[in-house]
Amino acid sequence: MSGEEFVPLSLTPMLIGIFAAIACALPGNFLLLRRQALIGDAISHVVLPGIVVAFLLTGVIAAWPMMLGAAGAAIVAVVMIEAIRRLGRIEPGAAMGVVFTTMFAGGVLLLEQTDTSTVHLDVEHALYGNLESLIWLDATGWASLLDPQALRYLPSELPRMALTLLGVCLFTAVFWRALKISTFDEGFARTMGIRTNLLGLGLVITAAVAAVAAFDAVGSIIVIAMFICPPAAARMMTNRLEAQIAWSVLYAVLSAVLGYVLAGFGPLWLGGADAVSAAGMIATVSGVILAITARFGPCRGRSGAPAAA
Amino acid sequence: MLLDALLLQLGYNATLVAIGAALLGTAAGITGTFLFLRKRALVSDAVSHATLPGVCIAFLLMAFAGGDGRNLAGLLAGSAVSAGIGLWCMNWLTRNTRLAEDAAIGAVLSVFFGFGIVLLTVIQTLGVGRQAGLEGFLLGSTAGMLYSDAVVIAAGGAVTLFLVLLTRRPMTLVAFDPEYAAARGLPVDRIDMLMMGLVMAVTVVGLKIVGLILIVALLIIPAVTARFWTERSEYVVLLAGLFGGVAAYLGAALSASAPNLPTGPLIVLVSFALFALSLFLAPNRGVLAAVLRHLRFQRRVHLRQGLLALAQGQAIYESLTLRLLRRADLVRADGVATGKGKARAAKALRDEQRWEVVRSDVTQEAAAALYDGLRDIETVLTRDQIQEIDRRIGGPREVAS
Amino acid sequence: MSVEIVKTQPEDATISAQAQDAKIAQSPLAIRGLTVSYGEKPAVFSVDMTVEPGQMTAIIGPNGAGKSTLLKAALGIVAPVSGRVSVFGRSLAEQRARIAYVPQRASVDWDFPTRVIDVVLMGLYRELGLLGWIKGGHRAKALDCLERVGMGDFAARQIGQLSGGQQQRVFLARALAQGADLYLLDEPFAGVDAATEKAIISVLKSLREAGKTVVVVHHDLATVTEYFDRVFLINTRRVAEGPVAEAFTEETLQAAYGGRLATSQIDKLARA
Repeated sequence: MSGEEFVPLSLTPMLIGIFAAIACALPGNFLLLRRQALIGDAISHVVLPGIVVAFLLTGVIAAWPMMLGAAGAAIVAVVMIEAIRRLGRIEPGAAMGVVFTTMFAGGVLLLEQTDTSTVHLDVEHALYGNLESLIWLDATGWASLLDPQALRYLPSELPRMALTLLGVCLFTAVFWRALKISTFDEGFARTMGIRTNLLGLGLVITAAVAAVAAFDAVGSIIVIAMFICPPAAARMMTNRLEAQIAWSVLYAVLSAVLGYVLAGFGPLWLGGADAVSAAGMIATVSGVILAITARFGPCRGRSGAPAAA
Repeated sequence: MLLDALLLQLGYNATLVAIGAALLGTAAGITGTFLFLRKRALVSDAVSHATLPGVCIAFLLMAFAGGDGRNLAGLLAGSAVSAGIGLWCMNWLTRNTRLAEDAAIGAVLSVFFGFGIVLLTVIQTLGVGRQAGLEGFLLGSTAGMLYSDAVVIAAGGAVTLFLVLLTRRPMTLVAFDPEYAAARGLPVDRIDMLMMGLVMAVTVVGLKIVGLILIVALLIIPAVTARFWTERSEYVVLLAGLFGGVAAYLGAALSASAPNLPTGPLIVLVSFALFALSLFLAPNRGVLAAVLRHLRFQRRVHLRQGLLALAQGQAIYESLTLRLLRRADLVRADGVATGKGKARAAKALRDEQRWEVVRSDVTQEAAAALYDGLRDIETVLTRDQIQEIDRRIGGPREVAS
Repeated sequence: MSVEIVKTQPEDATISAQAQDAKIAQSPLAIRGLTVSYGEKPAVFSVDMTVEPGQMTAIIGPNGAGKSTLLKAALGIVAPVSGRVSVFGRSLAEQRARIAYVPQRASVDWDFPTRVIDVVLMGLYRELGLLGWIKGGHRAKALDCLERVGMGDFAARQIGQLSGGQQQRVFLARALAQGADLYLLDEPFAGVDAATEKAIISVLKSLREAGKTVVVVHHDLATVTEYFDRVFLINTRRVAEGPVAEAFTEETLQAAYGGRLATSQIDKLARA
């Protein structure tokens, strides 16, 4: 494909997909090792009530208020899960299930009660986004990347996602050692003076920020898939955390690129006329990668005795 | 209008749906209890999301075969098959790889759901029939439902509930104590599979009413709610069924009473209201009761420790202890014990000495196990036993004050 | 009910408050009035403990007597209902760098993706800080600690491939890397092979020779006299504390274990 076609139509959605995938996969590695993989699932469900409330409060569909609303909802959800878990002495999975279904139900009900016929706000959009529509029509080819005039009309999701990814990378790099120690051995980490509760909350908030930024462009479903599948597949490849992170980034990129290409061109190859959902396809590809590594990965089996409960 | 809805006066379909929902809610509450007690509540989330590809494939098959793609029974059969495959994948991942169950759940739910979305867009673009209605499976929709659909739901609810009631005994055993159940010769693996089968049945029947994203709420919330009210397994099961049934019935009736009130979310929100009430107000495990109990407990610990310190002439470092002693008029403002304080301190120390005797006595093991620093020895031993101990430690002595 | 009046002056109350404070200030680990409770039943009730510097102390008591809980509360891992902990006369937060902790082996997931050397390097966290680079010197120090527990050849192994005893020694090496003055170990001899037990005890003895203080939660009554200088007997409350010869007697064991230890067994131990 030539630059004239690729740059305006495919470059930006692909980059947004890649950035979103990496931003979710990075914290996903730690969530996976901490047995909190489903936090990503919970967060992505509560994004809906967050954006509906933001819309009701501001009356407009705009990126920043909605992202703030979604982030607020994610924090409310995390706090509620923790509160229910501790106050009610309920296992985390069940507490999560109570919170995210209730908040999602509240979001749907609010949405149905609100007149959103004039604006583009619906459940399907929140679930699987619209990656294909994030095109850069002002670009004419690779040269546009250096053209300030054209760059001004870059879809705003791209810089936003890039910024989010940068933030996630920074968090991971700065707290790398503390995260590693407290994920491996929380009691020991506390005796080293690491504030494990705060660090855990920071990790979840980072994940929430990544999820919120990503859902806007790509929908919740890839968010959940990217939190879990690339790190899980990476786990089958290596016994070192550093390498696991690298593998997970690679798999995230691979899922995003392959998924996008297959969604866009796969149906054409099969004789169909229209593209299918890119978000759904990216999630599917990440699942295929996980299936392959789970079957053939060199480190797929358990080593060592699992921790006593 | 609302009263009409609650009394089943809103037409035949709405009535069938409300009854079906109540039956389903009851079945879901009971099934969910088993899952919850097995600490596998979120397995249901994977199962429900995994239904989507099955619904889509069933639709495509039926449409290509020339039939009506929207036949509810056919769609539900498809959803059951793909949910089964999802469940199998999840089990395979946890058993054969190093992944923990939560990761397997998340992987299955996101990948199956993502694949389902791909199929949904395929259906949209192929233009086979009207795809309208398939989205309804995401969030559930009972508005404009066909009579035959309502019958399928009511019958499905009844059958599921019947199955649950039939199998509740072995399930209860396995859920509460799998090792004991295995020791008694119960096929734990097969009963676990049965449990998952029931979860699938609830999910599939509930798809049309509640939608696949929210069906997990029906399985999780009533069980968690019931747990607050009782420590006995039979009652948890019963209460969960009751809460589930009531929430589903109220939600369905409310939603029929006015436009723009989707059934699924209303059922979930009613469930949550019951949960929130229980969380705060339940007599034993409720938050309010627990907070009060903890404060009382903390005061008892501090008072007792303060008295022991007074009795042994040790310094008291903690301000809470001093405050409590002062408020009870056991020490003066300057920290010196009052007459009453001295008496109580002496009694506390003496009780500790008595306990020491009890705890080093082989024959008193049962009584000794009750020691926790706070329990009054009079509640454990008889007056005669205490006197016997006092003889051994040399009887009370006067102290010149 | 008539209130009994008894003598409120036991022997050690003659120690003045100042002497008490001085004792606390000198002790590597002094605990006063510590109560820890899971739910409504105290696991540890109103316990005082004064660890002597430069000695090896065993914390012993029956199962569920609060041994590990005492240790965790001392380290701030679990929150107490009441009580004070002082480390070298100051608060725990100020003295973190001087304490090393070896948790129970079963408390972590050994399938974690990391190598032996990385676990030992975790002990250097306070030295490295959040962002400090690991240099050759740090690696050499970690390797040296591994050598001291006899695990030098295993540096590059994945931790899941180790036996239970080897895992325990890696944990000990991590604590050594911290270069602390007070070492707290939670059941280090539970379920390990004889070679590991020997290696661990010789490392602990070398620590004592270097003037460090060692406190071990211990479950094997038969080795107490051989390994330790002092014992702390606990069964929810403190039962006895002191040099092994004085505090590890038939009477104190009887008091700590009650009916749970056969009399013949106690006789044998007390004579040993």
